[in-house]
Amino acid sequence: MRKIIEAEHLRKVYGATVAVDDISFEVAEGEIFGLLGPNGAGKTTTVECLQGLRRPDAGRLRVLGLNPQSDGRELRRQIGSQLQDSALPDRMRVWEALDLFSSLMPNSPDWRVTMEQWGLTEKRKSSFSRLSGGQRQRLFVALALANNPKVVFLDEMTSGLDPAARHTAWDLIRAIRDRGTTVVMVTHFMDEAERLCDRLGIVDGGRLTALDTPQGLIATYAGQVRVVFSTEHADLSWLQGVPNVSRVSRHGPRVEIEGTGPVLARVAAALVERGILPTDLRQEQPSLEDVFLSITGHTIQD
Amino acid sequence: MRTLLKMTWIELKLFVREPVTMVFTFALPLIFLFVLGGVFQNIPSEEFRDAKPMDYYTPAYVGLVIASIGLVGLPVHFAKYRERGVLRRFRASPLHLWCIFGAQVLVSLIIATLGGILLVVVSMIAFDVKFPESVALVIAAFLPSVIAFAAIGILLGSLLPTTRAAQGLGLILFIVMLMLSGSGPPPELMSDAMEKTGQVMPLYYVIRLMQDPWLGYAWNWDAFMILAGVTVVASLASLRLFRWE
Repeated sequence: MRKIIEAEHLRKVYGATVAVDDISFEVAEGEIFGLLGPNGAGKTTTVECLQGLRRPDAGRLRVLGLNPQSDGRELRRQIGSQLQDSALPDRMRVWEALDLFSSLMPNSPDWRVTMEQWGLTEKRKSSFSRLSGGQRQRLFVALALANNPKVVFLDEMTSGLDPAARHTAWDLIRAIRDRGTTVVMVTHFMDEAERLCDRLGIVDGGRLTALDTPQGLIATYAGQVRVVFSTEHADLSWLQGVPNVSRVSRHGPRVEIEGTGPVLARVAAALVERGILPTDLRQEQPSLEDVFLSITGHTIQD
Repeated sequence: MRTLLKMTWIELKLFVREPVTMVFTFALPLIFLFVLGGVFQNIPSEEFRDAKPMDYYTPAYVGLVIASIGLVGLPVHFAKYRERGVLRRFRASPLHLWCIFGAQVLVSLIIATLGGILLVVVSMIAFDVKFPESVALVIAAFLPSVIAFAAIGILLGSLLPTTRAAQGLGLILFIVMLMLSGSGPPPELMSDAMEKTGQVMPLYYVIRLMQDPWLGYAWNWDAFMILAGVTVVASLASLRLFRWE
């Protein structure tokens, strides 16, 4: 796979605040690469350095073989960007923005198709100031794609979108990837990162603390399996003795067991043996949430 | 080039959709025209360079149209773009800085031309102002004047961080220049100190450059060279000092 982006030991400091401490990663052609982390973790700064919008204090960056700092203008012809905290002139209409941005590159796709795909055709004559948060967000993603970019950077693309629009956006992003465009996205939504990203870097405190596929991260960092059921039986201390069980906790009727490997089968067998037949016995799949907690020691909202 | 024209067309539409700026640019010089036109008897006199007051003031008010675009319109426009994040959005696109600036210069030229024609036609109808002695030289004076003030406007827009700062400083500069540059009391009637101060203002040279051929005097090379210098310095400073965020 061709490397589209290389970042080596990126560092960016604002005054006394270290926004990005030391971040290195590579992005291959045609993948959806995500940076996941809480607000202020350094995700946006990292991406802005890659786009050539900020000057790194240290480190080496290559995007499409170009140095974002010295070849910024050429780079921005080949990439698409959806930024946080940006706007269009209040009275600019949706179609005017799409028309302008797609005129910047000679082989741009027809902006009317992009407008239709992102559900903006009804709003084509609306001023920017009259669009809802979600409509603005969709317009920005559409503008990021207007110049037929080789790489598209999406910073919190689905914030402000309702659940239905988020799922549509995910489908469209997958379609973009399937056409061969590399996607780099920044998000603090676990479900978005888990479902959409081919590979994922977890960013916390200006550092990349883990990097793998979502499934790989879960397998590595959320090794413990959780088995849950409800029962009125008072004494369950014997559960500690069941093989593969490492921890048992109880909140009223709800019992939670953490363990490894075939812990579900072991617990089921042991319960049946003692005549306890819960109807809700199940194994909960570990999620990225558990991964994040185990890597950083806090949840993403903290 | 196609992008520059597209950008210019969009910016022109945005200007037309902004009623407050429209009124300020087109109506304010007309208000001056009627207020002062009502004050003076329209007979030639010495303090108006031996011309009728309204022949004297019409090119000066065309200067006001140009100055209001450069001192208020453009700085506020750029400051608002910066404050809202519009410049940030443009910066992340393949749009060139010169295209953003160039579109503003072209829009300024178009608006100043429309505002200037409107003003001249109204003053001809209402005050019987005579046609310029040399139309070609007046037009030749008009173009570098607009470009000089567009450059000043872009420089102010590059320096002033917020819309409020741009509005405040822009209006102060506009009023001071309006009073001292020959569109208020004639410099021929000012005290020595006032006249000297007026001669620091770029608007003074814009007015002289257009007024001289209008009243039948020769082309004012001094004024032209000073405005050319202002244009070069302001453009270079803008390119160096421009802030996207």
